[in-house]
Amino acid sequence: MFAYIIRRLCYAIPILIGVNLLTFILFFIVNTPEDMARAHLGDKYVTEQAIQEWIADKGYDQPLFYNPQASGLEQLTSTIFFEKSIKLFAFDFGNSDEGRNIRSDVVDRMGPSLALALPTFIIGIWVNISVALMVLMFRGSRLDRFAVAVFVTMMSVSYLFYIVVGQFFIARVSRLVPVSGYNEGIDGWRFLILPIAIGVITGIGAGARWYRTLFIEASGQDFARTARAKGVSEAGVLFRHVLPNAMLPILTGVVVVIPSLFMGSLIMESFFSIPGLGSYLLDAIQAQDFAIVRAMVFLGSVLYIIGLILTDISYTWADPRVRLN
Amino acid sequence: MDFSIGSDLFGYHVLWTILWSDILIFFLVGAITLFLISLRKNPENRQRWRQVFSTRLGMSTFVIIMAYIAIALVDSIHFRKALPAVEGQGSEQVFYSNTVNSLLDLALGEMGEQHERTYSAPFALKSWNKENLLLPGGERVRDYPVLKYGGQHLKNDEDKQRDIVHKSLLGLGKGLAIALLLIGLHAHRLKKKTSTSEPALTNSRLPALPWRTAWITFAIIMALFGWLVTIGNLYHVLGTDQAGNDTLYESLKGIRTGVLIGTLATLITMPIAISLGIAAGYFKGWVDDVVQYIYTTLISIPGLLLIAASVLLFQVWINNNPDFFEVGLEKADAKFLALCFILGITSWTSLCRLLRAETLKISQLDYVQAAHAFGVSHFKIIRRHILPNLSHIIIISFVLDFSGLVLAEAVLSYIGVVLIRPWPAGAI
Repeated sequence: MFAYIIRRLCYAIPILIGVNLLTFILFFIVNTPEDMARAHLGDKYVTEQAIQEWIADKGYDQPLFYNPQASGLEQLTSTIFFEKSIKLFAFDFGNSDEGRNIRSDVVDRMGPSLALALPTFIIGIWVNISVALMVLMFRGSRLDRFAVAVFVTMMSVSYLFYIVVGQFFIARVSRLVPVSGYNEGIDGWRFLILPIAIGVITGIGAGARWYRTLFIEASGQDFARTARAKGVSEAGVLFRHVLPNAMLPILTGVVVVIPSLFMGSLIMESFFSIPGLGSYLLDAIQAQDFAIVRAMVFLGSVLYIIGLILTDISYTWADPRVRLN
Repeated sequence: MDFSIGSDLFGYHVLWTILWSDILIFFLVGAITLFLISLRKNPENRQRWRQVFSTRLGMSTFVIIMAYIAIALVDSIHFRKALPAVEGQGSEQVFYSNTVNSLLDLALGEMGEQHERTYSAPFALKSWNKENLLLPGGERVRDYPVLKYGGQHLKNDEDKQRDIVHKSLLGLGKGLAIALLLIGLHAHRLKKKTSTSEPALTNSRLPALPWRTAWITFAIIMALFGWLVTIGNLYHVLGTDQAGNDTLYESLKGIRTGVLIGTLATLITMPIAISLGIAAGYFKGWVDDVVQYIYTTLISIPGLLLIAASVLLFQVWINNNPDFFEVGLEKADAKFLALCFILGITSWTSLCRLLRAETLKISQLDYVQAAHAFGVSHFKIIRRHILPNLSHIIIISFVLDFSGLVLAEAVLSYIGVVLIRPWPAGAI
């Protein structure tokens, strides 16, 4: 098991290097630092000197891969590639265009992101599985068909719609909770409850439909029929036989997401002005702050790879037959 | 790109303008039609499709999809109107407006040009927010300003309900009349066809098509369209947005965006996903390793981020090369195509994974082994034995991706990375 994890971590390295190279090519070779400077300082009415100053200020004035002017090891280290890309591996993200340290910003903003994303995730799974099991109880009936129609309708509506409608009716018209904002600590629940509820409701359509398919497949298997034949109640069949056996596909879809919860939700956070990583990224995109975008791309892929490894580990926990080697 | 020939269209002098996306949309729709026609040649395929169309649900869905595509196509024929001649301008010389219109704009009448100041409710006569108004007497009051266009043909406001009912009936009637005419023609042709063709050909092997359902759906769509065109020019049926644009008009214009994004992005996805997926699953070995490495790398970058980063970069490129585009819409058009391209490039990975797994499975099967033993070339094995057995996965993911991509575009245009001002599909 331990050896397996180590090996998987080693596999992750070439992938991270690939991500790193890709972002490097996108951000420094497709678009030169000069382009970035122009985009940042204004398109047309900017002097050459201002551009050079901006580039020097951000540390983009070094050569890309190889610096012939430096000596010794510095020929490789005092380059853009080393400064801006290799250092990401040490989670050294450098400074944003406003001069703030990106790493401390990221650490600060993870809390609010998690406060929103974690409850949404847990309650969401619980609700989806419960709804799917409930619908499964009435399988083949009119209720089942109706529920599936509702799920499909719910998943075809863009989730921007749920946010706008929820915010309007619950926060603005009935004034049950504040429209947007955030507060540290336990008082924050008033700000979080609406985004969490909307997040859960938005997910029901696709989620419950997906779980329903999984459960139907599992409940058609021989062991479920045997259980019914020996007189186990329908609820017993569902909870003791179908649910555990549908666990592997559920885990495949679910565990990958867990580390990415740190990244927060782009749209939710910006609509409810929660100062998490999602809104951080959105602000960065709108301000064309490439340093932050680069750091977030890297962070996102690291978290995704951790998620993949966690998925494999969770298989052994859910199904003792699975051995990792 | 502009046609140099101007011509006359319903009394307007116009200059036909062809955007890149126009060419693409016609090309794509044409290619898909050709593909479907080529499918018809195979009697087995024909029978299977016949089964789909013989259900009422299938038939009415088909008519609705066709209506969407028709709107998108009509909206893809662009032109610039000639400006009215200014004094002192030679009669030879014509100047063209900088705004690009489409045939759909003509069909919708004035709907696209009725801009209000800001928000208004559906069928409203007055604005949604109070403003400071200057009365003719010079007095200042704070009240809801009267809309410039919405319901301004009314003599007094009490007539509104009666007028809406009256005009609605008129619009519905117009649409129905056109629909009935076309249906009548079609029914007539159908009758002639069945009476002339030999009875042996119309045997009961193929299930009959539910034409009546198709006609009813068509009539409903036409009536709705007639109603929208008639009443949409008099009122803001769905209200106006923050910038005062008619929401109904915006949503109709969004259809083209949706159709184009869906088809174009998935069609960019398909060749990459299919070729890499099959290659990885069939040849195994180092090809498999390389393909797996590429898609794991791409998957591990959060999708929205990769798209946002790419669009951001493209935006910078456009700003640095402004001479490329003549009118504003062309710039928006290029941005839009780039978005489709980026969406396509970033979303092939999941299909590729599925295809690789399925190919791995299929290439172990007996008939593939047998083909190997007979010395059939790799290319032929892939074309004859593997590709047809993957087609169900490809078609299903095409359909599912289609809607996913349109919704993704809605989210992206909210984030503001896209900023294709004319008509984000999110309006649909």
